[in-house]
Amino acid sequence: MAPILNIQNLYKSYGSVEILKDINVTIEPGDFLVLVGPSGCGKSTLLNCIAGLEPITGGSIDIGGQDMTHVSPKDRNIAMVFQSYALYPTMSVAKNITFGMKVRGVNATMQAEKLAEVAKQLQIEPLLQRRPAQLSGGQRQRVAMGRALVRDPKLFLFDEPLSNLDAKLRVEMRTEMKKLHQKLNASIVYVTHDQIEAMTLATKIVVMKGGVIQQIGTPSEIYNKPANLFVADFMGSPAMNLIPARVHKDASGSRIEIEREDGQSLVLNDAHHTNLPEDVIIGLRPEDIAEAGYRQGDDVQSAVCLVDVVEPAGADTYVVSKLGGKEVTARLHAETNATPGGNLTFAFDLAKVSYFAPKTGERLN
Amino acid sequence: MTDMPHPKAKTSSLSKTVLRWLLYIILCLFALYYLMPLFVMLTTSLKSLEEIRTGSLISLPRDITFDAWKTAWSGACTGIQCEGLRPYFWNSIQLAIPAVLISTLIGALNGYVVAQWRFKGANLIFSMMLFGCFIPFQVVLLPMARMLGLMGVAGTIPGLIFVHVIYGIGFTTLFFRNYYVTIPHELVKAAKVDGAGFFRIFWSIFLPLSLPIVVVTVIWQFTQIWNDFLFGVSFSQAGTQPVTVALNNIVNSTTGVKEYNVDMAAAIIAALPTLLVYVVAGKYFIRGLTAGSVKG
Repeated sequence: MAPILNIQNLYKSYGSVEILKDINVTIEPGDFLVLVGPSGCGKSTLLNCIAGLEPITGGSIDIGGQDMTHVSPKDRNIAMVFQSYALYPTMSVAKNITFGMKVRGVNATMQAEKLAEVAKQLQIEPLLQRRPAQLSGGQRQRVAMGRALVRDPKLFLFDEPLSNLDAKLRVEMRTEMKKLHQKLNASIVYVTHDQIEAMTLATKIVVMKGGVIQQIGTPSEIYNKPANLFVADFMGSPAMNLIPARVHKDASGSRIEIEREDGQSLVLNDAHHTNLPEDVIIGLRPEDIAEAGYRQGDDVQSAVCLVDVVEPAGADTYVVSKLGGKEVTARLHAETNATPGGNLTFAFDLAKVSYFAPKTGERLN
Repeated sequence: MTDMPHPKAKTSSLSKTVLRWLLYIILCLFALYYLMPLFVMLTTSLKSLEEIRTGSLISLPRDITFDAWKTAWSGACTGIQCEGLRPYFWNSIQLAIPAVLISTLIGALNGYVVAQWRFKGANLIFSMMLFGCFIPFQVVLLPMARMLGLMGVAGTIPGLIFVHVIYGIGFTTLFFRNYYVTIPHELVKAAKVDGAGFFRIFWSIFLPLSLPIVVVTVIWQFTQIWNDFLFGVSFSQAGTQPVTVALNNIVNSTTGVKEYNVDMAAAIIAALPTLLVYVVAGKYFIRGLTAGSVKG
């Protein structure tokens, strides 16, 4: 089956400013693709290019196996949900949802049928005669979704649809969106700057920075095997610990030496990675550093470190220590005995360790 | 302590009331001062000439007579013709209504384009239109006369409509642009994805949103066009003159005794339509001027 969306060598510039550089993305039917990155990375521009709302400077966009590079938005067989919802303020909810069909000349009975179907699906039947101004944020969001669903498009485009909602509602709608995706098996491109949203919703994540794709992969690939320092730092909360280290090779593998302020350097042995350069940045997720005795495995190694800060967060306790000149966060169990200024034996689990080249930032293993 | 009546609070509330009343009195005096000319106009128009000559300026009329109004409407002489204001009033209506509607519609379209369909040079074009608001009327008189002549509409009502539309576009565009610029661009994007085109989006989405600013523009344009004298006197000829020009002719071309009562009645008649527009649409005026500052 042809991919639903196929973007090849897409370039976009405003005058001499390049916004998007050599973008290549493909998604299969049923994929939930999330474009994530810091603000100004070009993710919303890319979405607008897919929708046809922004002309592109180079490359091609295929939707549903057809070349849509120069086709107008209405003929691309897409539907879009916007951050501000962009509901038509003077029209009732029902008219908002049917406006597209009315413009396309769908007959009235068909319109009513579709409207009823979508309203039932989103549970907005009691709201149909209201104006957008009379709705709460969550209700507006549903209506905006309804306007997209009623189109029954090949591809849904979402431009930060949850970022105007309060924290609690955002989590609810996130779950609901995931349910909807599973039920409809729709193909979706979703823009967000929230890496948790990206992780929870996506079947495929595209991490962008400065108009360039940093990494494309499943959430687990992005999380466990970040392609470079930027992705490692951007995805995950608290962020991955990135510690400068020196590598000494011997017969049993690599000895990773991390400097400490007291001059006693911390040494970890890694038998699996033998072709590392002399200088590396070692990346460890907070959950891969535990309190000694709480983590078993072949790659777990213990060391005593000085605890700087203890931050209880309910389910976990975050403990900050200083290694290699960087603050290193460990995610410990809630009942830990760690005290600020005291010593604690940490267990470093190297099973999921990442190595990066300090100069280029690229992943080494 | 707290529930004991505080002597100081009592006096301060008393002095507050006194001050408030003082304020009202001063405001009433101001209002009276501003209403004085209207009062004089009204009373004078209801007096007979005899009474005007003998009585004082601000006294109430002894016998109310509407003769002066009748004369002003249908009998006063403007130069050689003695038909009163009626034909000229009709000219002004024929002139003002199309000119207001056309300039408002063009302004709405212009504002919509400049605010929502950004194109290269949109800002430059908008600034040039804005510049048009600041060109004094007198500067364009001669070129405009030449142009109307070339177009073959010199001295006609369509010619005057054209002049007022051209001169009004700067203002109407400014009003609508400032209103539409507060509407999120995502609205146009959503409508585009829904399949609506340029005019469909304007007609179905933007115009229904525009009532407050339409009212502001209509009031502004109607007042400007109805009250205009310079264009009216420059680009009209006998038979196509607007009411302001006729009023001037009535007041200035009488020979012999000056009929103050007729002049006053004529002036009030000429001012009535703008008054009416303010009374009917005034509450929308303030609302429209402040609209856009508050998000809907």
